[in-house]
Amino acid sequence: MPKLLEVNALETRFHTVEGVVHALNGISYEVDRGECLAIVGESGSGKTVGVLSILRLIPSPPGRIAGGSIRFKGVDLLGLDDAALRKVRGQEIGVIFQDPMTSLNPVMRVGDQLVESLTAHEALTARQARTRAAELLAMVGIPAPASRLDDYPHQFSGGMRQRVMIAMALSCSPELIIADEPTTALDVTIQAQIVELVKRLQSELGTAVIWISHDLGVVARLADRVAVMYAGFIIETATVDDLYARPAHPYTVGLLGSLPRLDAGARQTLKAIGGLPPVLMGPPTGCPFAPRCTFATDRCRAENPALVTVAAGHAVACWHDRLSAESRP
Amino acid sequence: MSADADLAPAPATVAPKPRRSRLLKRFVGSKAAVVSAIVLAVVLIAALGAPWLAPNDPFAIKLIQRLKPPGWVNSAGATFWLGTDALGRDVLSRLIYGARVSLIVAVSALAISGVIGLLLGLVSGYFGGVVDDIVMRIADIQLSFPTILLALAIMAVLGSGLDKLILVLGLTGWVQYGRIVRGQVLAIKQEEFVLAARATGERQWRILFQHILPNVWSPVIVVASFTMASNIVAEASLSFLGVGVSPSVPSWGTMLADGRQYIGIAEWLTIPAGLAISLTVLSINLLGDWLRDFLDPRLKNIL
Repeated sequence: MPKLLEVNALETRFHTVEGVVHALNGISYEVDRGECLAIVGESGSGKTVGVLSILRLIPSPPGRIAGGSIRFKGVDLLGLDDAALRKVRGQEIGVIFQDPMTSLNPVMRVGDQLVESLTAHEALTARQARTRAAELLAMVGIPAPASRLDDYPHQFSGGMRQRVMIAMALSCSPELIIADEPTTALDVTIQAQIVELVKRLQSELGTAVIWISHDLGVVARLADRVAVMYAGFIIETATVDDLYARPAHPYTVGLLGSLPRLDAGARQTLKAIGGLPPVLMGPPTGCPFAPRCTFATDRCRAENPALVTVAAGHAVACWHDRLSAESRP
Repeated sequence: MSADADLAPAPATVAPKPRRSRLLKRFVGSKAAVVSAIVLAVVLIAALGAPWLAPNDPFAIKLIQRLKPPGWVNSAGATFWLGTDALGRDVLSRLIYGARVSLIVAVSALAISGVIGLLLGLVSGYFGGVVDDIVMRIADIQLSFPTILLALAIMAVLGSGLDKLILVLGLTGWVQYGRIVRGQVLAIKQEEFVLAARATGERQWRILFQHILPNVWSPVIVVASFTMASNIVAEASLSFLGVGVSPSVPSWGTMLADGRQYIGIAEWLTIPAGLAISLTVLSINLLGDWLRDFLDPRLKNIL
């Protein structure tokens, strides 16, 4: 049986006036049924483009998927025609977006929007769709769901709107949910509620989740596996415990090192990673992290390391990765 | 004890107010909207009930009673409340019948230009590319002619008449809708909720009509209220210039045109028609403004 989602050597480019932006440079990952994969990285590292490419939702032009394959339950999504792709969107793969303030239509009642996404795939009567919409709102923990169907998005708080978005993403019981930084725009307390909600729904419904975030704290609570992205590459992937305990790539080490720690006392200084992420204009040469890396050598600047497995379930793209260095005499 | 009672939370189950009463309440709250609605209702009643409301025959020519002042009573006992015109026809009756022509022209032309402009604007804004280029170049070309001049030229070729007047005003008026709608669509299609709708697997046409169209209503209503008003003026102007409806048909424009040569001696020929035009136009604009505010759910709790 094929894996739920297999992304292989995916390349996405944006053809802009200034030149070609290499947003994704051949990323590969897999998601199994019921699993939660987190994709972390800083802004502009290609996290969002990576998942929007799965459903071919990147704006085109200027965006273009230049190579690779995306297999969902064995079917290549890049080869599907529009009608078949529409069936996958929503019905098989649901998406939760970053900003719940803008991802709901401001002039449409919340109930109508839920009904709209339900009837896009299932032949339901108006009454059935409405009942189902109320059930969905109840499932994501919105009080008095039946009466809130007639409210407009501006009558909901940010956290409640994100719950509505989750209900919409779940409306057709998809097997995979893509959550694109769903907690970034929310307060910390609401973030925790949303994370708990997704965790609960994931275990109840058995849905697989791809969770995009730059918040390593959220990821630790939610994910089974983590993929770290940098400049359009996946530079390290491991199980969540392994990654936090034994980060192998200097960038991952830097990311974890930049987190504030509760046990470090009040006088700690936060460690930042020096420099800026590279401009993605033109094809990359050498390791993209080399300019900011303290271990960089001439080899790093000339050759880009491939992602290689260094331990069970742990792969890293670095000439000087720490795990191999430790095991070497 | 009484303080405690004051602090007690309001009962949780408040029955939702039906929508109709909310509309009525907000409507009565706006004086401008109420007055405008009354004016427009009077005009509408005049247009619909002209045969019953008009005190005299608006077409009857009696040269013997020409240019009589308002309130004049003829030998048969018929009162002419607004006087008579240069051919002895009753000004009040012609004013009432004139509402028909004005409203028919304004509403029909509005419907034609609105539908064309809305559809072309939606399609060219959403799909872009070659369609957008073609539609917008046609709009540019059309805008480079003054509307009245264009209408005048077309009417001169086609000949005058109510149907041709409607067609000309309808076909020349779509550009305003088209450009406004296109601009709105260009902005709205970048919004995340459109991406979210695509991510749920909705069809392009459904996204266009279910998600984007409701977001362009408010500017369309404003433009509609302005074009409705300018259509009334355009009908009056073209009739005034002699290429609109034929002179025997009473319309507010022809009344102005006929009365202008007597403005020094019989001001009652032009003032009623002029007032009717300005009041109707003003009322439409005010009501359109109110309607736009009402239809925008984001302003619902503020107003």
